Amino acid sequence: MTTLGELMREPSASGRFGEYGGRFVPESLVPACEELDRAFRSAWSDPSFRSELDHLLRSYGGRPTPVTECRRLSERLGVRLLLKREDLNHTGSHKLNNVIGQALLARRMGKRRLVAETGAGQHGVATATAAALFGMECDVYMGAVDVERQELNVFRMELLGASVHPVQSGSRTLKDAINEALRNWVATVETTHYCIGSVMGPHPYPYIVRELQRVVGDEARRQCREILKSDPDIVVACVGGGSNAAGTFAGFVDSGARLVGVEAAGGAAVQHGVPGIVHGMRSKFLQDEDGQILEAESISAGLDYPGIGPEHAQLADAGRAEYMEANDDEVLAAFRLLAETEGIIPALEPAHGLAWIVREAGKSIPKGSAVLLTLSGRGDKDVALVRERSR
Amino acid sequence: MSGTVPEPAVSESAPAASLEAHLRTLRDAGRKLLVPYVTGGLGDDWLAAVEAAAAAGADAIEVGIPFSDPMIDGPVIQEASVRALASGATPHSILTALAGADVGGTPLTVMTYYNLIARAGLRRMASSLAEAGISGAILPDLPVDELDPWREEAEAAGVETVLLAAPTTPEDRLRRIVARSQGFLYAVGVMGVTGERASLAASALTIARRCKELTDLPVIVGIGISTPDQAAEVCQVADGVAVGSAVVHRLLDGDGPDGVAKLVSSFRDALDTTP
Repeated sequence: MTTLGELMREPSASGRFGEYGGRFVPESLVPACEELDRAFRSAWSDPSFRSELDHLLRSYGGRPTPVTECRRLSERLGVRLLLKREDLNHTGSHKLNNVIGQALLARRMGKRRLVAETGAGQHGVATATAAALFGMECDVYMGAVDVERQELNVFRMELLGASVHPVQSGSRTLKDAINEALRNWVATVETTHYCIGSVMGPHPYPYIVRELQRVVGDEARRQCREILKSDPDIVVACVGGGSNAAGTFAGFVDSGARLVGVEAAGGAAVQHGVPGIVHGMRSKFLQDEDGQILEAESISAGLDYPGIGPEHAQLADAGRAEYMEANDDEVLAAFRLLAETEGIIPALEPAHGLAWIVREAGKSIPKGSAVLLTLSGRGDKDVALVRERSR
Repeated sequence: MSGTVPEPAVSESAPAASLEAHLRTLRDAGRKLLVPYVTGGLGDDWLAAVEAAAAAGADAIEVGIPFSDPMIDGPVIQEASVRALASGATPHSILTALAGADVGGTPLTVMTYYNLIARAGLRRMASSLAEAGISGAILPDLPVDELDPWREEAEAAGVETVLLAAPTTPEDRLRRIVARSQGFLYAVGVMGVTGERASLAASALTIARRCKELTDLPVIVGIGISTPDQAAEVCQVADGVAVGSAVVHRLLDGDGPDGVAKLVSSFRDALDTTP
């Protein structure tokens, strides 16, 4: 049994977070995963790597992002609501934190090409951005359904010099884009780094991405202490694969805060999933009785994933984090609410976190609680979709 | 293990002949090994296609149990998996059908993804395979590092687990894989997903040579072996070939068991005339 003090540290040598994680990939990819593991450990303990990353996140990415205290919305909800503003990060989401780190790693390994999957397009845009910054080639796989509902992000990636490949297989969403990115990586592994967008995939990806995103939680903890003079009572983040939640929770796992991840009701892998092995990792997945993976369904392409990062599965089993869900209608209402009361248009993904807060304020969130929500991205990409749904 | 003690004769009623013993015997007699692949549950006549492949000279047959997310498969086997799943194929329906297959003693193996095994339960799936007369399992997303829990159950049930070796596998790791593979060693001929290629990749000969230097296990090259000529070429070094997409392609095109028989015969002829 994992004790709470052991959570969100290094995974075991085989890449396990408790019983989850591991490396279930074709033999062709195992040496690349091993190389990446060595490269990351060497880079992460190398002060010059850390300072170059830090410099880029500041001078190029715009870090640190602020924590904003919501005055009007707090009053309405009867809680003290703070937002960690990853929407103000360059490219409009937390995704850049991970991608800058992985692009630096790719360069360190001598790889000149990045391949990535994307759901909502935020990770694809971030990867295309990093590729442009470092002068690398970039190919992004995106489910054909998502290409249609996020066409502006497709154009952004193309402007940045990336090739976007619509994926027609399976449910034509994020999980299929991951399959296709992995297939491409198998054929190109010697020159290409697979820049995975969330805390998922084979070891060491879940660990690398969590470490690269922990800047969100570490900054937020310091900022909350300045504003609140203490830690928040509740820390909330949306969860698809779970990278912004993992980065946020990493900063608070040893605090007294209640940690809450909010999944899309149509893709709630913690609530309704069972253990399985897909995309290189053992975790929880929505699947049928034979083990065929089910298609997640959500208004938000970024949460449209039938699994969850392995460390979240561990946090859920250990009881250190709770995983809730929000449905499309609650999410649309929360999206409008934040726009109208605070002048912030959120991405649909973190609007799930807000939807849960709105539903639970005064119930499981006691009146007067200090609640931190990681606002993982801005909503420009979703405006057309919300307009469509509102008609 | 083999050695100076001869293998006991396998009686007709035995659940499944040893895949490795069967292939070693043929290989040692100078035959190049031919292992075609058929996606289980693809169309109404997939089982007839398996039987046709056996009759046309296959030395063992891989039957794919389709998975929703076939990470290492290219477009042909993806399409076959989609069609099979859409028509209601399940691990149970495929194994039930295979239990009644008339393949004249040709060993049957399954090729599938680990989630289908894990979901059923390792022990339950291992015994289901054995009961269906399956002698081997090829699980491309279960590398040697993660092998132990499955291997233990498979071995207890008498199912051999074939491991894969890739062009990128370093020498020390290749030794570990060779030491643990059963049935045969599946040498991945090209870096990439399953699918047909216009010509034989140089990596196919290289990996075959590296494997042959390390082991006496039958070394069978798969992935990217699309034509009888390519098969004959790689068998200058390897003990045999696995042919997947080329076979499934025929089935997707509606050529049926006869088309499979014709294709398998053409590979058989090419291998038998390999000097």
